[in-house]
Amino acid sequence: MANFSGQLINLFAALLLLIAFAMLSQRRVLSLINLFALQGLVLSVSTMIVANSSSQHHLYYSAGLTLILKVIILPWILHRLIRKLNIKWDVETLFNIPTTMLVGIALVVFAFNLAAPISQMAGTITKGTLGIAMASVLLSFLMMITRSKAVPQVIGFLAMENGLFFAATSATYGMPMVVELGIALDVLVGMFILGIFFFQIRETFDSLDLKHMEKLKED
Amino acid sequence: MTTLFSALPIDIALSVIAYWLLLGLIGLLLQNSRIISQWIFPAGALGALILAVGAVSSLGGAVNTAVLPLGLPDLPFHLRLDSLSAFFLLLLGAAGIGISVYSAGYFRNMEGNTLGLLCFEYHVFLAAMALVFMADDAYLFMVAWETMALSSYFLVTTDHSVPEIRRAGFLYLLVAHVGAIAILMCFGVMQGGHGDYTFAAMRHAHLAPFWASATFLLALFGFGAKAGILPLHIWLPEAHPAAPSPVSALMSGIMLKTAIYGILRVTFDLLGMQLWWWGALALTLGLVTALFGVIFAAVQTDMKRLLAYSSIENIGIILVGIGLAIIFHSFHKDALAALALTATLYHALNHAFMKGLLFLGTGSVLHATGERNLGKLGGLIHRMPKLALLVLVGVLAIAGLPPLNGFVSEWLLLQAFLLSPGLPHPYLNMLIPITAAALALAAALAGYVMVKFYGVIFLGQPREDKPGEQVHDIGIMERIGLTWLALGCILLGVFPVFFILHIDYVTQMLVGQTLGSTAAQTGWMWLTPIQPERASYNPLILFLIIIIGVIFTMQVVKKFYHGRLSRGPAWDCGFPEQTSRMQDTAEGFGQPIRQIFELFFGITREVPSPFDKKPHYHGETRDLLWDWCYVPIARITETLSALIGKLQHGRIHVYLLYSFVTLLALLAFIR
Repeated sequence: MANFSGQLINLFAALLLLIAFAMLSQRRVLSLINLFALQGLVLSVSTMIVANSSSQHHLYYSAGLTLILKVIILPWILHRLIRKLNIKWDVETLFNIPTTMLVGIALVVFAFNLAAPISQMAGTITKGTLGIAMASVLLSFLMMITRSKAVPQVIGFLAMENGLFFAATSATYGMPMVVELGIALDVLVGMFILGIFFFQIRETFDSLDLKHMEKLKED
Repeated sequence: MTTLFSALPIDIALSVIAYWLLLGLIGLLLQNSRIISQWIFPAGALGALILAVGAVSSLGGAVNTAVLPLGLPDLPFHLRLDSLSAFFLLLLGAAGIGISVYSAGYFRNMEGNTLGLLCFEYHVFLAAMALVFMADDAYLFMVAWETMALSSYFLVTTDHSVPEIRRAGFLYLLVAHVGAIAILMCFGVMQGGHGDYTFAAMRHAHLAPFWASATFLLALFGFGAKAGILPLHIWLPEAHPAAPSPVSALMSGIMLKTAIYGILRVTFDLLGMQLWWWGALALTLGLVTALFGVIFAAVQTDMKRLLAYSSIENIGIILVGIGLAIIFHSFHKDALAALALTATLYHALNHAFMKGLLFLGTGSVLHATGERNLGKLGGLIHRMPKLALLVLVGVLAIAGLPPLNGFVSEWLLLQAFLLSPGLPHPYLNMLIPITAAALALAAALAGYVMVKFYGVIFLGQPREDKPGEQVHDIGIMERIGLTWLALGCILLGVFPVFFILHIDYVTQMLVGQTLGSTAAQTGWMWLTPIQPERASYNPLILFLIIIIGVIFTMQVVKKFYHGRLSRGPAWDCGFPEQTSRMQDTAEGFGQPIRQIFELFFGITREVPSPFDKKPHYHGETRDLLWDWCYVPIARITETLSALIGKLQHGRIHVYLLYSFVTLLALLAFIR
């Protein structure tokens, strides 16, 4: 049983990494949101499996919280936002997807290297997935850097939080409940604030392209 | 302690500080110029009087300490009143009386809200200076020090609508903060690593010579920035003319002495040791400062700038005294150290009186004529005879003429120099006579500067056709304030032994020796620093001789010359039409000095061509240190800032990249 669920967890972890790469290469905002929701779902299911196999009951709550927040509420808010801002089919120019993917692969190698000594010390059944968790954090960060529009950057930020959550689950069976609740609230509030910012930015610059914000620089 | 004061002196001093703060607040709330000038400033002067009396009574008394539960939790304010503090509190109080009384008259026509603010800052400034003298831990010291710097900054920028004044204020604030950082580091080194920042702990921290030297150098730099020691003097000639005259008087007369206090406190009290080269360094710096100050004073055309440079000179003289005292003390010649220290402290006290007097005098001139440029003044002795007389006292004192006070301290200092052979160090024995000669030169040039100052402002004829009728003499409050300071100059000059007996408590505390017992050995009229056979000075007899000499010369001249006086417009020496514009000008008077010391100045001259229809002469002397020292520093800072500014792109991606790279680097590092 433990072996089977271990395999299952590894599978979901691999899925998570795959989705992270998919997000990195996705140009369209709408698909990006769907991918983000999918990532949340994978995260939630894998957390549930971890909870089941390690009989850590508080992880069920975490999984439920993730499901509600990251699969339902946040994607719903984002969908509403892009409908209102009318950027559903926004195709944004990245700088060269193949290059980004290559950099991403280098990051994954780096993350695995980094995680190797830590996962040897961890006593959890999920210890092998720590490298993937760190890789997805770094990949999301990379996504934030390479995007030129505001909404994908926010999605990158949220995906980074996903990666952190996964890292916490795989290294120590999750964070204390209080911390997790706090982070969930932070993400939600941050989302609202960023949503308001989107409208403000568009009102000021007539676009959500962040290159316009260079004007704010002090000469 | 006499029965007159049942309270401890430290309580008196603290109540005066609280009283000043209260007065400032009242002034700030009232904003009524009549009440502030007629009541609050005189009330402040009363506080200064109480402080001075309290300080005198505590000189030589027991050391008082107090702990105020203010400040941060677990970090109370420690206060201490010993002889050194008491001496400087006396200086503050005694000079403060005159300046506050004068201010009552000087500011009477100012607008209410401006005056309310000024009154607040003025009294906070006084209170902060008193706190600096009484602080017994680094924390309170820095708080008081910064309060002093900030309140004086706001006082300097009273006329903040003028761009030059804002610039002067900024320069002052900048130098003050650079100095404050050095002082903070000095305390940091001095606490010796055990984290206790009270002065009591610092006295017991035994530092290695290296760290003690670092402390001394930091203190010299930090306090030097406040005192105006070369090359940190640049703010003085800018800030003093910018400030209202009573503020200049406070800053020059008293605030510069807080720096002297700081150097003395750190060197002789907190550090348990002195190395001879510290003294040599202070001596050299002081000498350069003194010469620089006096040479630049000689070529100034703005009367307040001239006095500011003269302040630099006097600080230099005081620093020379400190250097000498350190040298003597490090070679265990404590009697000589006491002599040098006495001269130093005496000069500090003198300078508070005479420079206060002169700055206030320029304030009255400025009020009456609206003119600061020496080239446009002149002949004021006819219109302001009372002011002219009082300023004359200050001028004679600062020029170092007997029987006034400037002579006493400079004479004592030269005596200390003359007694220096016998130090067990060949280089010092060579250095000290040279410095003595240079100091004598500085003193002589100071006389020259003062002749220029007084002669151009008060003597001769008015140089410009100013509507002279509305120039009137000083009011009663101004006169009382000036008279107080002038009286101080005279008393300090005529009864030196009396004052030296009080200074003895300080030298006893700092170097363990006194001067008073020898000074008074031939009666209190004779000042005898070491032995009566070597040198002694009786101000009254000397004064009598001078008076007799002057009267004698006058009589001789009258007898042999006046009889043959005849008036006739014969050839008129080629000047048939003499106007008041043909008098010797400030520039003209300073010309020889400018010629001799041309090397030190950056001179720009515009001389008209012979065919010029409207000939115009313009000469300007600049401080070369500004070009050599400050401009490069400013340029390097600007270049560095521009480099760092390149980090700012305005592109969020680049900022994210910064954190990303940092994150990767840190991850790779901890691995």
